[in-house]
Amino acid sequence: MASIARNVLMLAAALAGAALSAPAAAQNEQFIPILSYRTGPYAVNGAPYANGVVDYYNLINERDGGINGIKILIEECETGYATDKGVECYERLKSKGPTGAAFINPLSTGITFALTEKTATDKIPIITMGYGRADSKNGAVFAYNFPLLGTYWSAADIAIQYVAKELGGFDKLKGRKISLLYHDSPYGKEPIPMLQVLAQKYGFDFTPIPVTHPGVEQKSQWLAIRQNRPDYVLVWGWGVMNSTAINEAAAVAYPRDKMIGVWWSGAEPDVTPAGDQAAGYKSLMLQHGAGKFLVHADIEKYLYAKGKGSTEPGKIGEILYNRGMTNAMLGVEAIRKAQEKFGKKPLTGEQVRWGLENLILTADRIKELGFEGMLKPVSISCSDHEGARYGRVQQWDGKGWKVISDWYTADESLIEPLVADVSAKYAAEKKIQPRDCAKET
Amino acid sequence: MIALGQFLEVLIGGLMSGVLYSLVALGFVLIFKASGVFNYAQGAMVLLAGLALVRALDLLVANGLPLWVAVVLAIGFAAVIMAATAWLIERLVIGPLVNQDALTLFMSTIGVTFVIEGAAEMIFGSDVYPLRLFPTDAWFLFEGLFPGGILVNKLDVWGALIAGVLVAGLAVFFQRTKTGRALRAVADDHLAAHSIGIPISWIWFVVWLVAGLVALVAATVWGTKLGVQFSITFLALKALPVLIIGGLTSIPGAIVGGLIVGAGEKLAEVYLGPSIGGGIEYWFAYVLALAVLLLRPQGLFGERIIERI
Repeated sequence: MASIARNVLMLAAALAGAALSAPAAAQNEQFIPILSYRTGPYAVNGAPYANGVVDYYNLINERDGGINGIKILIEECETGYATDKGVECYERLKSKGPTGAAFINPLSTGITFALTEKTATDKIPIITMGYGRADSKNGAVFAYNFPLLGTYWSAADIAIQYVAKELGGFDKLKGRKISLLYHDSPYGKEPIPMLQVLAQKYGFDFTPIPVTHPGVEQKSQWLAIRQNRPDYVLVWGWGVMNSTAINEAAAVAYPRDKMIGVWWSGAEPDVTPAGDQAAGYKSLMLQHGAGKFLVHADIEKYLYAKGKGSTEPGKIGEILYNRGMTNAMLGVEAIRKAQEKFGKKPLTGEQVRWGLENLILTADRIKELGFEGMLKPVSISCSDHEGARYGRVQQWDGKGWKVISDWYTADESLIEPLVADVSAKYAAEKKIQPRDCAKET
Repeated sequence: MIALGQFLEVLIGGLMSGVLYSLVALGFVLIFKASGVFNYAQGAMVLLAGLALVRALDLLVANGLPLWVAVVLAIGFAAVIMAATAWLIERLVIGPLVNQDALTLFMSTIGVTFVIEGAAEMIFGSDVYPLRLFPTDAWFLFEGLFPGGILVNKLDVWGALIAGVLVAGLAVFFQRTKTGRALRAVADDHLAAHSIGIPISWIWFVVWLVAGLVALVAATVWGTKLGVQFSITFLALKALPVLIIGGLTSIPGAIVGGLIVGAGEKLAEVYLGPSIGGGIEYWFAYVLALAVLLLRPQGLFGERIIERI
């Protein structure tokens, strides 16, 4: 009740017109915009992610005094996961700070599609960690897109690898039925081409099933699933769609342990609304899971102990919080890398792009950063803007997520031809001359 | 036989879903019937009622109260919140705008929507809060006749029962009680009603309160289905085609409209969807509504408005 009383007071203060302080740009600060969604139907997933992002940037300022002395200046803009608002936020924030935006994280594949051409023109990198355009792995064509740590094509391949292992081998996939229940948006549609390639290669019957935004009503989809009885249902949902899918699966008695969500369908808010019915549900992991690691100790010491944290202390270490933190860390390390070449000063987006493209995080460096156990080594290059493509599978046991698989690596031999084909078509359509990665340094 | 079983399953599931839409649509009908205001904030009121209920329930259970006592107290608390909301809306929005045209009043309810959504999330939180007031598993009927049986979700059946009781109660309230008759008088002509001594402010407070309580009932069912969270406000969009089909002024129309929309969209999604790419149920409901608008603009059960020119 104390928290409710506090919220009432906050509301009263807001209604009384408490002035919101706008961040003042200083000349020696590196500006990083944060496109977030703390309101609307996707806020339950967007807010913990944004908290992780904000806390990590604040940690760098509080603990280290910035990146090599250059303080990070942030400003959040609420997109509500809507593409039009995302573009509006980008346009408003891209030129702020002494050198403009260092990079942009839209946290929406729809916004990523809308911004891909603009960011290349404006020379601002667009980091889409674990989402975005899968073909943008090809940095020769997509110089400013960085789908770090895993695209949806990598995720689709890892999911099928896991299914094959569970069935006893890739040969056992032949004749099986695998459905994709997807958010009917650019995000949900992105894995379809890869799953079609995989279906053709391994001989399984693939059925995509769209769910309209926001996904509160899925009865017809699940009645169709009940009638078709697929061996597995892959879930590419976001926000309320995920928990509704689990509830509807329970209602039609579809086994939860035959459902595998992508890594955006496998966080605490996705399973808790379904209660006991979620037990057994599985999801991919974008490497990390829930839990606290060394970096969290610093976050608690430098932020939460001083009352500077973004969320309730109990939520530190949740899956989406950890993902936001990891995303922020990769951006910070890219700036640090770029400073090696361009000097310890606020950098432009173009300079940070170089830092991203040359970023290598070894196991030792990841340990130094306090992320050991959350992340495997990352090596980004001109031809590989993904940098790493590892995944695991976790399962909800009714109380928490348990890692139930070893590491998988997405099969590049299957993904690369699709990347080459689709990115070449994009280059031809947009009249982009692909860079020669052999000449890039 | 399998095809018939599947068809019946989709049809029954659709009809049941439609009743759940009707629970939200009823709130719209009540306010429009009594005050001529199209209340865009009805979805937000379901969210507010649900959040007040679930947060109070969680708190009371955490303090060791038996579940049934906690449920009764939490429903009471949420009802008080809805009463306070009704009073504030009447005092601050609808009252001062009396005699303004319908579009102005409609626009004011859009403003009310944003205030309620923001205030509800700031006060009660913006997470997903699980609510389990009704069973959510399923019955499988006629398993001897159809392989796998016909699936009927228990929550949907509860929703249908609740909607039935609600409609009966509202019918009695409107037809048999003094306040109900006063509501109808105000709806017909609020100036004439005022001139014969009906207190307009009180009547409008009552109607917003009743709509708030209907929102609370809808929140118990939808909260159990989805968890109480912001997305509940989207139910307003599901209720719109129901209102167009059933008529804005008819309580039984809200139920019949719900049944038509629910059955129509589910059958369309399952049987037409695969051939045209799927994901059609949202717009299909509006196609149905459009067809009704062309044939009968006041809806199937709405009052035909005849005006002298």
